[in-house]
Amino acid sequence: MNAAGFPLLSLLTFLPLAGCAIILAVRGDDAVVASNARWTALWTSLIVFALSLLLWVRFDQANGGFQFVESLSWLPSIGITYKMGVDGISVLFVLLSTALTPICILASWESIQTRVREFMIAFLVLETMMVGMFCALDFVVFYIFFEGVLIPMYLIIGVWGGPRRVYAAFKFFLYTLAGSVLMLLALLAMWVAAGSTDIVVLMKTQFAPAMQTWLFLAFFASFAVKVPMWPVHTWLPDAHVEAPTAGSVILAGVLLKMGAYGFLRFSVPMLPDATAYFAPFVFTLSVVAVIYTSLVALAQTDMKKLIAYSSVAHMGVVTMGIFTVNVQGLSGALFQMLSHGVVSGALFLCVGVVYDRIHTREIARYGGLADRMPAYALAFMLFTMASVGLPGTAGFAGEFLVLVGAFKVSFWLALLGSSGMILGAVYMLYLYRRVIFGAMTRDELKTILDLSPREIAIFAPLVLLTLWMGIAPSHFTGFWDASVAHMVDHHQAALAATIKLAGIVK
Amino acid sequence: MSWTLALPEIVLSCAGMAILVLGVLARENAFRMASMFTVGAMVLAAVLVMAGVPGLGYSGMFAVDAFSGFVKLLILAAAILAVILSMDYIEQENLRRFEFPVLMLFATVGMMLMASAVNLMSLYLGVELMSLSVYVLAAFARDDLRSSEAGLKYFVLGALASGLLLYGISLVYGFAGSMSFGDLGRLLSDKDHASTGVTVGVVFIVAGLSFKISAVPFHMWTPDVYEGAPTPVTAFMGTAPKVAAMALLLRVLGGPFGHLLAQWQQLIVLVAIASMLLGSLAAIGQKNIKRLMAYSSIGHMGYALVGLAAGTPLGVKGVLIYLVTYVFMNAGAFACILAMRRRGRAVEGISDLAGLARTDLGLALWLAVFMFSMAGIPPFSGFWGKLFIFQAAVSQGMWALAVIGVLTSVIGAYYYIRIIKVMFFDDSAEAFDARPASLSVVAVAGGLFTVLFFTFAAPVEAAALAAAKAIFG
Repeated sequence: MNAAGFPLLSLLTFLPLAGCAIILAVRGDDAVVASNARWTALWTSLIVFALSLLLWVRFDQANGGFQFVESLSWLPSIGITYKMGVDGISVLFVLLSTALTPICILASWESIQTRVREFMIAFLVLETMMVGMFCALDFVVFYIFFEGVLIPMYLIIGVWGGPRRVYAAFKFFLYTLAGSVLMLLALLAMWVAAGSTDIVVLMKTQFAPAMQTWLFLAFFASFAVKVPMWPVHTWLPDAHVEAPTAGSVILAGVLLKMGAYGFLRFSVPMLPDATAYFAPFVFTLSVVAVIYTSLVALAQTDMKKLIAYSSVAHMGVVTMGIFTVNVQGLSGALFQMLSHGVVSGALFLCVGVVYDRIHTREIARYGGLADRMPAYALAFMLFTMASVGLPGTAGFAGEFLVLVGAFKVSFWLALLGSSGMILGAVYMLYLYRRVIFGAMTRDELKTILDLSPREIAIFAPLVLLTLWMGIAPSHFTGFWDASVAHMVDHHQAALAATIKLAGIVK
Repeated sequence: MSWTLALPEIVLSCAGMAILVLGVLARENAFRMASMFTVGAMVLAAVLVMAGVPGLGYSGMFAVDAFSGFVKLLILAAAILAVILSMDYIEQENLRRFEFPVLMLFATVGMMLMASAVNLMSLYLGVELMSLSVYVLAAFARDDLRSSEAGLKYFVLGALASGLLLYGISLVYGFAGSMSFGDLGRLLSDKDHASTGVTVGVVFIVAGLSFKISAVPFHMWTPDVYEGAPTPVTAFMGTAPKVAAMALLLRVLGGPFGHLLAQWQQLIVLVAIASMLLGSLAAIGQKNIKRLMAYSSIGHMGYALVGLAAGTPLGVKGVLIYLVTYVFMNAGAFACILAMRRRGRAVEGISDLAGLARTDLGLALWLAVFMFSMAGIPPFSGFWGKLFIFQAAVSQGMWALAVIGVLTSVIGAYYYIRIIKVMFFDDSAEAFDARPASLSVVAVAGGLFTVLFFTFAAPVEAAALAAAKAIFG
């Protein structure tokens, strides 16, 4: 049995479905059903979050392997087991998912007025899929959750989204599906070669270098779309702009991490030779993403689109860090993923706050909000600074570590990568100035209200988290230090073995 | 000779004749009574199939083994679902004639014979018994021009396909000298007997059977017949006969012609690719949901053929699992389509589904489950079918086939999620009439099967593997 003494991860994964069942069971007139759906969803997600805190307390940081492992025979004759477990790399993402879900449900408390019941069900199903994906230790289980995310997200964008929601929902669905099915083929190839879909077994299996190349490309097709990396990022701005606020938050906060997590869980540890071979290619795409999408962000007139492009740039830093495959780079990438999850989620919430009041995301329609909304301006300021990477906020440690890691690989990589930080400061501060400062010229802004208690309750945990991650990053890096060290050692050993093998062959 | 081997078929046939007599004698409610008795007889046959003892009988024409048992149970399940689906529709459309369930019953007997056929002669008899019954069913709404056209079209093209099949059989018999699968397998393992004539015969047999499963390039009849036939008949044609014909293809190509793998493999690969492509591309522009389902079924048969193309027990296992998932999601989807009635009239346009999620969330959710499942999105059963199919192809190194397969599944996903878009994203149209309980039963049964398939995938997989091994013997 695992450290919790009971199947904690399965409980975290499937408890939201119990909430769905309760919501579905309630009958009555629309108002009763809606109110019940809101409260049930909130309580379910809060209970899941409270349970997930057990992971934070009981996780053994010195152990670089998988913990809380549970295994159940499923399709034994063909080597598929239902296996769950977390290591230092995944544990905090489980917590990120369970923490953001109640925040998203609170954020949609008033902004979602139509078909509330269905919305809450979709969100709880989404939570199941996200948590399950980060916990899965069997490739087929992973794939089911990874793909299953598409169903609730497609509906969330398509039903509760903006005017071009249908286009955005289709684009989101088909882009990610096209990538994933190629990964499915890679999965099948590994399954046939290794005879098992257990991730732990696959990590120990050595695949032939020629096969690794193809497997890597198939994985890349899936994860690069999900991250998203330039040039397959175009679905993201559309999806973000059209999605309701809560959808954007979860998309930026957790769904984008699924691609990077895939690289960390599959590509790097299972395909070391191909990782080394393709690293320059990934670096190039990452640098292009950092510089190009930052410039694109600068030109945006829509707040959500601007933040969406900034997400692509920030995720470019993450992929850069992952493929340095050294301790600083990987650690920095993980930290950046986590901080981006919190900060970009918070930024989308900031946009949601003013959108709920004025119903526009046009930057030009705003200005001078600092007068009427001081608390909002303060929160927005903090998240802007965190997004820029100001020391003392969540954004700093990750970018810094990635750049240190990049320096170890190449001076030019670090130099080009760090240009992203400067451009990031430019577009974020420019956005902040136009929205918050200046004279208040528009009449409809004169009566705008500051944050309501509900909104303060949404932002408070995010503010605390942002500061905590900035001031004491070691509280977070401690979780994955052992796993990252193990991963780097494994990678070096695998490369050395290949070189040695090549020497013998010659 | 042990005549008890065919007990399920014999019981079912006798029941069919008894129901005919009863139907003539009964004054009122003959249709509903006949339907009930048909379901009962099929359940009884299913029990007898499960209790069946393996063996070979009727001068080596008829075999009972794990494969035939698996396929027969699936056929009976599909037929039962189709009979239940038809009950209320036939009454609403004023077609209540007791011959309807009886025809379905005899078609089912033909299909069961196909599942057990181990001789080209019994194979042909089974195919014809099935086909003749289904021709009549397709034209059952005889006052409706579209239905008559569908029946006639199906009959003319079907007769051509039967001709091809018979010609292939005669070539094989002429060149190899036997019609028994066992003898053919032994003869053809020797290269000298595997002459060009036999190969040509095999090609004709494959063509004839491809017509029955509506694989490209023998698919032309499918959209018209699907659209024109009464909807429950379409639901029936889309499930049970496809299973039977595919099973026959598996047994013929895996058993007697297993040694000619190199000859027929390229043929199946080509047919599979063409079916997957056409199934996904041609469906995009459809406005009628029954036509869409026709193209969808063409695509699904393409995926199933991928498993056959692998030519291994693993591949046959994949095909069988695919067929299981296909039958239940198809039956469920047709239950939803049959529920599309406004003011007592059936509607068939995809746009008629607009905003269904607001007017009838339950129906919309089940149809969404079937659509996601057909698109192969996990955790629904359609994903598992595709998983096993592609695993077989990958393990044989058939990469081109696998890559084309998954990419066409993405294209296909477009039209499946378009239906979900219409139901969930669009503004609502007028609500549908209240649906009869029979449709809800089938939709929920198919839906639960589709959603929960992952929980009982293990026993299905084990049974399919045993069945697959039986034909490779």
